[in-house]
Amino acid sequence: MIVEIGHYALVLALMVAVVQSTLPMWGAHRRDAALMALAPAAAVAQFVLVAVSFAALTWAFVVSDFSLAVVVNNSHTLKPMLYKISGVWGNHEGSLLLWVLILALFGACAAWFGSGLPAQLRARVIAVQGLIGAAFLAFLIFTSNPFWRMEVPPMNGQDLNPLLQDPGLAFHPPFLYLGYVGLSMAFSFAVAALIEGRVDAAWARWVRPWTLAAWIFLTIGIALGSWWAYYELGWGGFWFWDPVENASFMPWLLAAALLHSAIVVEKRESLKAWTILLAIMAFGFSLIGTFIVRSGVITSVHSFASDPERGIFILGILAFFTGGALMLFAARSGAMEAKGLFGMVSRESALVANNILLAVAALVVFIGTIWPLVAEMTMGRTVSVGEPFFNAAFTPFFVLLAVILPAGAMLAWKRGDLGRALRGLVPVAVLALALGGLAYAMQTGRSALGPVGAALGAWVVLGALWDLWSRTGARSGRSGNRLGRLMRLPRADWGKAAAHSGLGLVIFAVAAMNAWAIEDIRVAKEGETFALGAYEVTLVAVHEEQGPNYMATVAEMAVTRDGRPVAVMFPEKRVYPVQAMPTTEAALDQGLFRDLYLVIGDAQSGGGWAVRGYVKPFADWIWGGAMLMALGGLLSLSDRRYRVAAGARKAAPQGVPAE
Amino acid sequence: MMRLLVLMLALAGPVMAVQPDEMLDDPALEARARSISREVRCPVCQGETIDDSNAQISRDLRLIIRERLVAGDSNQEVLDFLVARYGEFILFNPEKTGLNLILWLAGPAMLLVGGAIAVTAMRQRREPAAATLTAEEQARLDEILKG
Repeated sequence: MIVEIGHYALVLALMVAVVQSTLPMWGAHRRDAALMALAPAAAVAQFVLVAVSFAALTWAFVVSDFSLAVVVNNSHTLKPMLYKISGVWGNHEGSLLLWVLILALFGACAAWFGSGLPAQLRARVIAVQGLIGAAFLAFLIFTSNPFWRMEVPPMNGQDLNPLLQDPGLAFHPPFLYLGYVGLSMAFSFAVAALIEGRVDAAWARWVRPWTLAAWIFLTIGIALGSWWAYYELGWGGFWFWDPVENASFMPWLLAAALLHSAIVVEKRESLKAWTILLAIMAFGFSLIGTFIVRSGVITSVHSFASDPERGIFILGILAFFTGGALMLFAARSGAMEAKGLFGMVSRESALVANNILLAVAALVVFIGTIWPLVAEMTMGRTVSVGEPFFNAAFTPFFVLLAVILPAGAMLAWKRGDLGRALRGLVPVAVLALALGGLAYAMQTGRSALGPVGAALGAWVVLGALWDLWSRTGARSGRSGNRLGRLMRLPRADWGKAAAHSGLGLVIFAVAAMNAWAIEDIRVAKEGETFALGAYEVTLVAVHEEQGPNYMATVAEMAVTRDGRPVAVMFPEKRVYPVQAMPTTEAALDQGLFRDLYLVIGDAQSGGGWAVRGYVKPFADWIWGGAMLMALGGLLSLSDRRYRVAAGARKAAPQGVPAE
Repeated sequence: MMRLLVLMLALAGPVMAVQPDEMLDDPALEARARSISREVRCPVCQGETIDDSNAQISRDLRLIIRERLVAGDSNQEVLDFLVARYGEFILFNPEKTGLNLILWLAGPAMLLVGGAIAVTAMRQRREPAAATLTAEEQARLDEILKG
């Protein structure tokens, strides 16, 4: 019964979405207040209906209702409760329902927090949001219905893929979807603005928080996925340039570009058309990502559902929304006159450079991702594009971005003085180069990657801090309490410094991981001690253990350094009998400057066990840096100018969707 | 990062990629073998290098690479040997030949084009047109921007 209610609510939500996408749009055109007033009500109704539907599916997973095909294929009565719930979105149908739920949530947020918007803009934004909702609800109901019943329910389910039974991965998809779908708000605002033919600072002040929120969620989602790959896959890789990773990375890059260009619109009323285009492209790439994940046209380790029918449906959605918005853009973007003029050397032009580099970086990722498809269709060549290409073709743009960042961030608006900005940064540059030199002197190999990464990372981090510090004394000659003024700086300034520092940490840590990681693969007998970098590792014992829904081989390994104990670690190898799938559970000893990473392999025929050990320098700085970037976004989002709602009569917090 | 390795693990025998028994005693040669195997795609997996893959064929390929290296081949000769057998599909670092050059040059080309457009647009920027806001809206906008 509950399942039927969920199914019914889903169909009803589609009906509501159709109403939401048409009548308010018509009302905005006719300036009909009654029709426009339908928009927020419909948005909230759609959200409630999808939420009921999602709750019903969750309930089916919780009680293991094996009359539902989705539950049979992805659950098992013995599975821990956390993974029964995360199993709801651990499959194509359920994850799409989560996608639609978040989409409806954003629509509802526009209804709840949008009372300060001009009525027409608000009606149009919610209508566009409704149209996207209608398309995806139709996709869900007609090609991927999670509520299909089994004719003969089996006694038990086939279990969730064991690799997905992990806390990191349980929360990875929801964050990613909050990011992907969050960009739909920027898209809806862009399309609504094109229909109105007008973009101004207030518009940008509305769009930027949504973009920022989406970008924060994407950052967290990508970092969680990368962290999961790092500890779960058993060789400590954290980024593989896989098509599906790229699918989340492209919107991230474009969202980063968008939230920078929106600053220019907000502060200087310039770059309007470009910002609209970015908003369209950012969501367009989210849709492309959905297409890549769910159509199976591009081979990926993440293959989700390889179903041509679904692929064509999503391609249709992609073509309709991106194509339609771009046509609208071509027709109407001429109306977006820039007001603020700026010189060739100014904060604006630096942000333009930022945008070009980020967009080109996204384009390189895009071309690399679809190139196998293009090459096969046009030339009949079956080629692969992988890590070596992306490392070589993508990295230069990001290095360039990091080089110009500290100087560009300190230029004045309108007309800046590059010489002055650079002179101020001389101590930062000297310190960064000194750190790079130190790294070069300390390393054993001859690779330039580590030192360059150290210098570049330090340049970005110290530059960001210097920028923050110089804000306390720049404008006035007062030599008063600079620390006090530092604390009183707007949160946006702190957000900027935090996010840019986070980027610098990530740049450094990625370079350090690639340059200085130590790997050791060997056969070890119980009781044997071997060297791993500066450490000594002893394989103490190996025994079997029984988990709730798996069998495990657990090794006890003691690590010492110069005879002093460092850690006792327990890497595991698990077999999940229901899916007959082995997984590795690496043992990690995390430290500020290095991770120790141990993996137990198979028993060897000649006795002993295959053992892998790694020392991963500065590993956690990657995710620490990513979290710092997200924190920077959050600080910026909580800036006073967004809390004091743009024209809102009440002081309701706006632009902050679901936490 | 959803269904990682589903297919691959179904094909998998051993749980680990590079096995201790495959490795060469000469560290320099072994390091070259690793650097090659990080650029070679496992033919039956879903987008993984043979270095990471657990499939039997990846193990075979890793052993072939080491055989060729011991026989004195250069890195490029080993790759050519593999391409002759399995096609350029197995190269994760696509060859810079023919139309593949588009792939390699797209980024720099777009940077030049984007930069040129931006510079031209900044040079040509005309005087701003009259405000498109009504007086009432302009007043409200000012109020907002002050906030």
